[in-house]
Amino acid sequence: MAGAAAPGTGLGAAGGDGDDSLYPIAVLIDELRNEDVQLRLNSIKKLSTIALALGVERTRTELLPFLTDTIYDEDEVLLALAEQLGNFTGLVGGPDFAHCLLPPLESLATVEETVVRDRAVESLRQISQEHTPVALEVHFVPLVKRLASGDWFTSRTSACGLFSVCYPRASNAVKEEIRQHFRSLCSDDTPMVRRAAASKLGEFAKVLELDSVKSEIVPLFTNLASDEQDSVRLLAVEACVSIAQLLSQDDLEALVMPTLRQAAEDKSWRVRYMVADKFSELQKAVGPKITLNDLIPAFQNLLKDCEAEVRAAAAHKVKELCENLPIEGRETIIMNQILPYIKELVSDMNQHVKSALASVIMGLSTILGKENTIEHLLPLFLAQLKDECPEVRLNIISNLDCVNEVIGIRQLSQSLLPAIVELAKDAKWRVRLAIIEYMPLLAGQLGVEFFDEKLNSLCMAWLVDHVYAIREAATNNLMKLVQKFGTEWAQNTIVPKVLVMADDPNYLHRMTTLFCINALSEACGQEITTKQMLPIVLKMAGDQVANVRFNVAKSLQKIGPILDTNALQGEVRPVLQKLGQDEDMDVKYFAQEAISVMAQRLRKLDLPVKDSEELSAPRADKNHFLSPTVPGDNTRKAQRDRAAQVASEEAAERARVGVECSEGQPAQGPSNCSLAPMPSNDTVLPLKRVACEKVTWSMDCL
Amino acid sequence: MDSVSDLKSKEIKRATLNELVEYVSTNRGVIVESAYSDIVKMISANIFRTLPPSDNPDFDPEEDEPTLEASWPHIQLVYEFFLRFLESPDFQPSIAKRYIDQKFVQQLLELFDSEDPRERDFLKTVLHRIYGKFLGLRAFIRKQINNIFLRFIYETEHFNGVAELLEILGSIINGFALPLKAEHKQFLMKVLIPMHTAKGLALFHAQLAYCVVQFLEKDTTLTEPVIRGLLKFWPKTCSQKEVMFLGEIEEILDVIEPTQFKKIEEPLFKQISKCVSSSHFQVAERALYFWNNEYILSLIEENIDKILPIMFASLYKISKEHWNPTIVTLVYNVLKTLMEMNGKLFEDLTSSYKAERQREKKKELEREELWKKLEELKLKKALENQNSAFNMHSILSNTSAE
Repeated sequence: MAGAAAPGTGLGAAGGDGDDSLYPIAVLIDELRNEDVQLRLNSIKKLSTIALALGVERTRTELLPFLTDTIYDEDEVLLALAEQLGNFTGLVGGPDFAHCLLPPLESLATVEETVVRDRAVESLRQISQEHTPVALEVHFVPLVKRLASGDWFTSRTSACGLFSVCYPRASNAVKEEIRQHFRSLCSDDTPMVRRAAASKLGEFAKVLELDSVKSEIVPLFTNLASDEQDSVRLLAVEACVSIAQLLSQDDLEALVMPTLRQAAEDKSWRVRYMVADKFSELQKAVGPKITLNDLIPAFQNLLKDCEAEVRAAAAHKVKELCENLPIEGRETIIMNQILPYIKELVSDMNQHVKSALASVIMGLSTILGKENTIEHLLPLFLAQLKDECPEVRLNIISNLDCVNEVIGIRQLSQSLLPAIVELAKDAKWRVRLAIIEYMPLLAGQLGVEFFDEKLNSLCMAWLVDHVYAIREAATNNLMKLVQKFGTEWAQNTIVPKVLVMADDPNYLHRMTTLFCINALSEACGQEITTKQMLPIVLKMAGDQVANVRFNVAKSLQKIGPILDTNALQGEVRPVLQKLGQDEDMDVKYFAQEAISVMAQRLRKLDLPVKDSEELSAPRADKNHFLSPTVPGDNTRKAQRDRAAQVASEEAAERARVGVECSEGQPAQGPSNCSLAPMPSNDTVLPLKRVACEKVTWSMDCL
Repeated sequence: MDSVSDLKSKEIKRATLNELVEYVSTNRGVIVESAYSDIVKMISANIFRTLPPSDNPDFDPEEDEPTLEASWPHIQLVYEFFLRFLESPDFQPSIAKRYIDQKFVQQLLELFDSEDPRERDFLKTVLHRIYGKFLGLRAFIRKQINNIFLRFIYETEHFNGVAELLEILGSIINGFALPLKAEHKQFLMKVLIPMHTAKGLALFHAQLAYCVVQFLEKDTTLTEPVIRGLLKFWPKTCSQKEVMFLGEIEEILDVIEPTQFKKIEEPLFKQISKCVSSSHFQVAERALYFWNNEYILSLIEENIDKILPIMFASLYKISKEHWNPTIVTLVYNVLKTLMEMNGKLFEDLTSSYKAERQREKKKELEREELWKKLEELKLKKALENQNSAFNMHSILSNTSAE
């Protein structure tokens, strides 16, 4: 005690000299009592600052009593208070004074609002650890007892969460009392309290002596598991996991299994659902022997339960259950006792059940091995690939990698293809999006020939989808394909098709060309980028639609690092300068941004910078070009951020791009623009804003 | 439930049930003592069941069509029969109470979660009759409803039959004897008022407000805690709910006693003043409509010295700034009414408006200043602590060694 008092007074003295008089508690309390909830909330959130200002002594004698007395406030404020007090031990003078925090937290633990109460309990649990064993018995345990015998259900509910933290450190006599209180809460009159007790039963069992678990916890568990309310019974299933871990096999069989068996056949589907949902945990807790004798039959029943919810929950657990079986004899058990039920589920009436199964069924192939997979599982996979519900098919396709390891995906390709083609054209864009995301994986597993023959056209078709997200995903997909199949393949199959779209009458498709170039240039390398892509981009600088033009500027910025300096100086710069004078504000903006980024790069490459003279020609650009950072008066903050980002990428980029020179491409005039009918002004404006946002976003992602 | 299998047996069952309904409603003296046990057994066997999971896991009662009970064709007849049985002049609660007991009622109450509104409607009438006829079950029924509501408010936020249960409670509260028991007051303050926080308030607000007003008509001293409770749970982001709260406040003000009004006028009108300046025009409009209510107007007039200073600033401000022309017109009228009530005070407030704003701004600055200083102090102390950390540490380890 004497030891802790020293730093306490020390702190008080340190802050106490002039500060205490500066901040009389009244002023601070005024802040805590402010009429405006938001201000009150702010003050509470800075409660630690107030406590520091007051020093430990006055915090204990003045602040805490005030807080304890005024616990009638908005729940939001109370929540913040409960949270703060959990970390307050140091501010009241250390562990020896931790009990000072109990009164306000006790009141908070009795309020109606669940989040406040839970938070108060959480803080109490935290503080309990800081109590000395004596303080725990003198201050903390009495609090728990008071809560446990409170009038209103809220305090009793809160008490349930506190038993397990004070029990291990209490003396035997007190332990007996604590158990007594817990017992009475388990048979409380209100279901809310019984639910709280049931949900803490497992946690409490873990800190009890084994004898007490057997003599006290098990009867409580049995009672709760046969409560009249299913909401209580289902919580007992959770407790079962913890209790089972504590008992020997014989005790388990005698004390717990009858109840668990009963729960698996409960008349309420919610309880059965809980058993299905916790199946893996239960399986691990009871061990292999009981699993074989009891859980497998129970599982079979759950797989053919009359409620789809229960079947779906059980179907989700199929793989984990099989995985966790003892390796010896596993195959036989699965083949004889599980597989027949799975076969039934493949043609279940409910799509959620089928979809749950489809999400795990592929995992069985590694467990069962090649032969069994081909003979028994493959027909199931194929059936699910043809399922009417897209989610089922998607779940199969998204897990193809599991089966690929065992038998190779080609076994499936016959049925795979129609499924993919159909999903690729699904009316829901999210389904299309999902299948696109699996394309690189499929491509890798099916090989380039198969891909070119069957899937390539799909990938190209997505580029002109009417949903932006699909076009965007399709673009990324192309990049990943090129990474897989190499640049030569890209040059022969992808790039020409992409570039053709630059002349499409639809400006959205023309923009897609640019997005593809952004994505592909790095994977394709300097040669292809400079010789094939750049001319197209430059040509598009003369497009009629402003959206296309400013995307040209962005593309040039993006592919700049891949180009050599000749191309940059000779071809890119003139075009960007022209765009920098564009009549459209946004085009101008992005062109100038690209120019400034490019200038930075050239500088970093340590090229003789006589640029400054040459580039100062267009007056408007002067500033952008010369200053390495964005002008300070620029209000577009985004620009600054982006420039910074690009600049940091530069350094990495520089290592890759050698300072080599190659012959520049003949510049193509930006004059031949397509004669496509231009959208009327009305539509361009809003579209442009949207496109602008979207594109910025997608660039950041890349 | 499969509605297409065993059609023939189902038809037989329906016909039999129809016959039973017909029989008890047209004949007298047929409900004999020996039949009670079988009748209740038949009813229990048919209607008591674990309700199936909803077809739509994200079922939104305000938006979605409910899933109708597949076995309704015969369950309906069972309910029909049950009701005729309870309402029959021959029915004797003293015999029935042996079978219609707490467990029975408990199961009946759980059925109120049914998604099928037709079933809930029958349940409502059935429970109402049982509450009326079985005096011994009343306290139990109230307590169980209490538990259902608490679970609804604090745990699940989902229970389909809240409106029906509240409707029954409305008629129960009406019959409470005076003075009100502590149990009933607790129900009002700890269940009905927090119930206003529920997400789906729109589905049962009318019934809830009715219950609250019933309580206040029984015992006017409850007005203050009720209004303070509503103010505590006042919606912050949901304008639709705010409009409902305002409606409820008006209902309460309609029956309020002037002495009670004085007790809550200050916090209440602070809230109303926030509402009238809401940028959501429906909220502002609903609050301004209070000034069309003769009784409220008379209460305001009586207490104009208190209310005008609270309301003035926001009314004055929105009369100039609100985007919605209807609101501006309404505010203009309200200001006029208030001016007529006390012209002198109105003038004083108008002239001090600017000074008042400036004082507020100054206070704001002072607050910022205070916190800035506190932050600095915190940093300073953190530094000191760091320096003395070594000391502290050694002292602490000494203590623990002892």
